[in-house]
Amino acid sequence: MAAVEILKTVGLTKTYAGLKANTDVNFVLPRGKVTALIGPNGAGKSTFVGMLSGRTPATSGDVFFEGRNINALPAHKRIQLGIAYTFQITSVFAGLSVHENVAVAARRIAGGDQSALNARVGEALARVGLSERADQIAGDLSYGHQRVLEIAMGLVQAPKIFILDEPTQGLSDSEVEDFIALIGSLAGETTVLLIEHNMSVVMRTADFITVLNNGSVLARGTPEQVRADRHVQAAYLGTPDA
Amino acid sequence: MEFGPHLLLASLEGFVTAAILALTAMGLSIVFGVMRVVNVAHGEFYMLGAVIAWWVASLLGGHPAIGFVLALVVAPLVVGALAAVADRLILQRINYDPDRTIVATIGLLYIIQQTTLMTFGPEARPVEAPFNTRLALPWFEFGDKGLTMFWPWGLSTTSYKLFVIGAAVAILLGLWLFMRHSRFGLLMRATQQDRETALAFGIPVDRVYAWVFGLGAGLAAVGAVLVVPIQQAHYLMGQDPLLLSFIVVIIGGLGSLPGTIIAAVLIGMSDGIISVFFTPTLAKIIATLLVAMVLVFRPQGLLGRRAQ
Amino acid sequence: MTGKSRAPNLMVFGVLLCLGLLFLVLPAYHAGNLARIMVLAVYAMGYNLLFGYTGLLSLGHAMFFAAGMYGLGLSMTGWGLSPVPAFAVGVGAATLASAIIGFLALRTRGVAFMIVTLMFAQAGYLVILYFGAYTRGDEGFVIQQADRMIAGIDLSGDAARYFTAFILFAVCFLGLAWLVRAPFGRTLIAIRENEERAQMLGYDTTMYKLRAMIVSGAISGAAGAGYALLFGYVGATFATVQYSIFPLLWVLLGGAGTLIGPLVGVFFMFYLIDISSAVTSAYMLIAGLALVLLTLFAPQGFAGELRKRVFAWLP
Repeated sequence: MAAVEILKTVGLTKTYAGLKANTDVNFVLPRGKVTALIGPNGAGKSTFVGMLSGRTPATSGDVFFEGRNINALPAHKRIQLGIAYTFQITSVFAGLSVHENVAVAARRIAGGDQSALNARVGEALARVGLSERADQIAGDLSYGHQRVLEIAMGLVQAPKIFILDEPTQGLSDSEVEDFIALIGSLAGETTVLLIEHNMSVVMRTADFITVLNNGSVLARGTPEQVRADRHVQAAYLGTPDA
Repeated sequence: MEFGPHLLLASLEGFVTAAILALTAMGLSIVFGVMRVVNVAHGEFYMLGAVIAWWVASLLGGHPAIGFVLALVVAPLVVGALAAVADRLILQRINYDPDRTIVATIGLLYIIQQTTLMTFGPEARPVEAPFNTRLALPWFEFGDKGLTMFWPWGLSTTSYKLFVIGAAVAILLGLWLFMRHSRFGLLMRATQQDRETALAFGIPVDRVYAWVFGLGAGLAAVGAVLVVPIQQAHYLMGQDPLLLSFIVVIIGGLGSLPGTIIAAVLIGMSDGIISVFFTPTLAKIIATLLVAMVLVFRPQGLLGRRAQ
Repeated sequence: MTGKSRAPNLMVFGVLLCLGLLFLVLPAYHAGNLARIMVLAVYAMGYNLLFGYTGLLSLGHAMFFAAGMYGLGLSMTGWGLSPVPAFAVGVGAATLASAIIGFLALRTRGVAFMIVTLMFAQAGYLVILYFGAYTRGDEGFVIQQADRMIAGIDLSGDAARYFTAFILFAVCFLGLAWLVRAPFGRTLIAIRENEERAQMLGYDTTMYKLRAMIVSGAISGAAGAGYALLFGYVGATFATVQYSIFPLLWVLLGGAGTLIGPLVGVFFMFYLIDISSAVTSAYMLIAGLALVLLTLFAPQGFAGELRKRVFAWLP
């Protein structure tokens, strides 16, 4: 597994005014696979991915991307390396059209060629089923459609790593099914890091699972291994809300 | 005059400036602290206070003290009420959106200033001080005969200037007690902590905001009534206090009340003292650039604590 | 789709054609006004790039306008430069000023940004007063008519002045029309809409904002230099806070983030003040009322409301 890792953290720690949000997280993300990050509320999942993407500065520890230490890189530089990130709370360009939202995301890669850009945007919108709504103002979309738009903005960057922070939150059942199919279609082409509360989504999509609890790694492995782990059952899966 | 007495004189003038500045800047600071509103029209509320003081004093006639005391009550009330109305009519309707609030208060600045120009006119008008005894000040020096005391020519202040300092201290103390111990003070602090929660607890946030905006403007007006016997009332007199108040509030840490007072004393004193040694323009250039740099490199203010 | 994408271009050239032809029909007094309006509209367009398109509210643009003005004025009277290189000095001075102020001020955001830009501009104004020996302070100085010649054409003549203003306006107008639809402009708009999102899409938003500030400052400087050259006067009034607030007012009135807004805003405000100053010395009352009413009832301005209600394609 070590040979195919695309991203790795060593001793990653975040402290907020004396409170530890993450402690010594050692984490590997296998290339081309879907890895789910789960854990109870307040386990430090969003802080952790924030440190991966550079949104949240780490207190100590290292992040390696394709073998290279990226601690010193600001968020936008990490994104340029091929780490796409969707926000937990929907964050689209509310005043711009759906097409333009995706185009902003694509332009950094596609450059000035208008027709290549439009093709790329059209493809991403088709993939998430938003083609019909390309001319609508993003702020007017339903919540579910805005979340899907976020995913299109990530997809269009053809990222090496795609970090999705609670993508199915607030989606309807049929939209969740579409999402699972979409993640399935990414298999092999993109590495996905998925923060997810919905355990059925996790079990159906993830190749590997890492469990965070109280800011530290509690367990890791395949879904079967994690499901069988007694600590995880005690800390998390045993609770009825899963 | 020699250097020592000169410095003492400058410091005394500086204290008077600081006292007025503390009152004016406190108004700006409270409004920013509670409402997160940058009120660019604050200097015009100050100017209105001075103009109303002149108006009250010249209507009444009689002994200057009668007009002065009445102005001290009437001016802040009128100005405060006016500000509260402006809050209701304008700021509340734009939901205190930061950009639009700045633009709206710039508009308010011109409306107040230009309306005053049309009614009060372009002249500077004096208000007589209620009392104004000249107090000569002694100076001490070590000479051949040991410590000697003498009265340098020109080293003096007036009873009124000392009164201004005392009055400002008294008003600020009263304000502090009011904010600590009154029900309104409690509401204000609750609203400052968290607007949403305050709303959820049934605090009439809209009304609290109107009162706070009025209180802030009223404090500026009090400062102006105190200053107008020393400096005449003029329709453009609000510009310098606005800039100085901004400086004080920034140096003191946006929204921090003790910081505001310390910074007011600091700025008032150094304004008095620096202008003894530099030309006023150069002093202003240095002060303005320093404040800009403080905002750039220490946005929490020199005395404020970093948020979070 | 082609019809839609052609409409903005038609509007841009239509506006320029109208402005060019207006000189032939307008009486001299109004043609002179319109020349002034076009130069001030360049200032407003420069401001609009930062405020309307990038979402940064500066209260210190008078510094850039004045840098252009004094750069041209002082290099003509002091060094004896001819108008064209002096114009370049003016634009260069404004570009340099905006790069320095931008580098510092962009470390702050929101209200702090407004106050920092205000403070720097105030310091700039005071510097002009402090060096009164060269700048003649509040009084200002006149650039002699004999010096205001380009290739033998006297720029103080009605037609020459009008068409020089027109050329300055047209160059900036066309340049901005292209810029705001180019990837750079699109990214600025994205930053205005949601800076954090733009950053998490891999854009170095601070760098984009700095570039926007520099372009905006350079255009404002070109307006200041053009104003001094065409109207022959350089004065500290143009560096006061009031001249930082004017472009904000013009842009808000005409429509922030629209191409045509600045011209519309300057036009209306110019004639409003022209008319009211004949009646009262308190003509800034009009500006104050306009600011309050605009924030209350038409925060999108004239062209912005038009875009919202009728012409969605307005660039």
